[in-house]
Amino acid sequence: MSEVKEIAEIPSFTVTLSIRRFDPEKSEEASWEEFQVEMHSTDRVLDALHKIKWEQDGSLTFRRSCAHGVCGSDAVRINGRNRLACKTLIKDLDINSTITVEPIKGLPVEKDLVVDMNPFYQAYKDINPFLLANDKPEKERLQSPEDRARYDDTTKCILCAACTTSCPVFWTDGQYFGPAAIVNAHRFIFDSRDEQADLRLDILNDKEGVWRCRTTFNCTEACPRGIEVTKAIAEVKQAILRGKP
Amino acid sequence: MSVQIEIPNSPRKQRVTNWEKYGWLYMRISGPLLIVLIFTHVFVNLFTGEGIKQIDFAFVAGKWADPFWQWWDVSMLWLALIHGTLGMRTIINDYTEKPKLRTSLVGTLWSVSGALILLGTLVVFTFDPCPATADPNLLPSFCEAIASN
Repeated sequence: MSEVKEIAEIPSFTVTLSIRRFDPEKSEEASWEEFQVEMHSTDRVLDALHKIKWEQDGSLTFRRSCAHGVCGSDAVRINGRNRLACKTLIKDLDINSTITVEPIKGLPVEKDLVVDMNPFYQAYKDINPFLLANDKPEKERLQSPEDRARYDDTTKCILCAACTTSCPVFWTDGQYFGPAAIVNAHRFIFDSRDEQADLRLDILNDKEGVWRCRTTFNCTEACPRGIEVTKAIAEVKQAILRGKP
Repeated sequence: MSVQIEIPNSPRKQRVTNWEKYGWLYMRISGPLLIVLIFTHVFVNLFTGEGIKQIDFAFVAGKWADPFWQWWDVSMLWLALIHGTLGMRTIINDYTEKPKLRTSLVGTLWSVSGALILLGTLVVFTFDPCPATADPNLLPSFCEAIASN
């Protein structure tokens, strides 16, 4: 019996997490706070945050909903890189040194790891993220598999803001539409059923539109869904130059 | 009963033309052109003939007596300065947050760039390869022929 028990035991280790704390009711300045937690190799950064909140400091504030990489609520900056806390296994990070967790950059921090997502959503709204067609939808709109494949990559976006908040251009003044808005515009611009590609191309041919992209590929690296964001932006640029998708 | 759904967005107004697209295109076109122009310039000046030792007043004057090199250098000057100015403008736009400061810095940048382009073009096309009072040893070889006429 003892032998079986030994095999079933999951190895655990202690990790130190340094979390960027900010509470506007206590201080105007943000500061780092360290926590030590006992974790298993199957645990994710989100589990560590939960453990801290439930066992050590209930005031730690962060967003999470599905906790399985679908809802996009828990994008944070882990060891300087934007990731989803629920998709980052602690064992994949360097557990011998402190793991830093801070809010995503470029959006106003509300408390601890929670940022104000409204500027991000506004850019998303501005590109009309819905099908625009003139005829009445009396029957289904058919589409060939090839036409569907044209924008397949950009349908995967979960609006977690990991890409937009990894973009150095977005960090500057926050006026840039940002990769996520462009990705979602791409999803409709190249959709054969949509009839307002021109409108979206015109919106993105703006002073703060696609031309501000510096192709640093931060967005592509940050995307937890593996969307080739920079490629999508380049395709929108090409479409603007052509004048059609 | 049918439900009246409001139009979600007000119709978009046509904006004034913005130059961002053309600025972006200019950077993409001038970049490869500059690579050819600059590396040929470096090769001709430093690797052909006597190499680095050949560069003196006479060498430059000799080149600028030829319309081909005049246009070559002027193309380099215009393309590089506008390319650089557009790049600097991007940096200013990134790092300045106050609109007035941004406008004044970008304005200064274009003024300086414009002045340099103007002066450079003037120098290349009005350059005198054989100044009358100069030491003949320092001048290009064809100056003697011009002087004897």
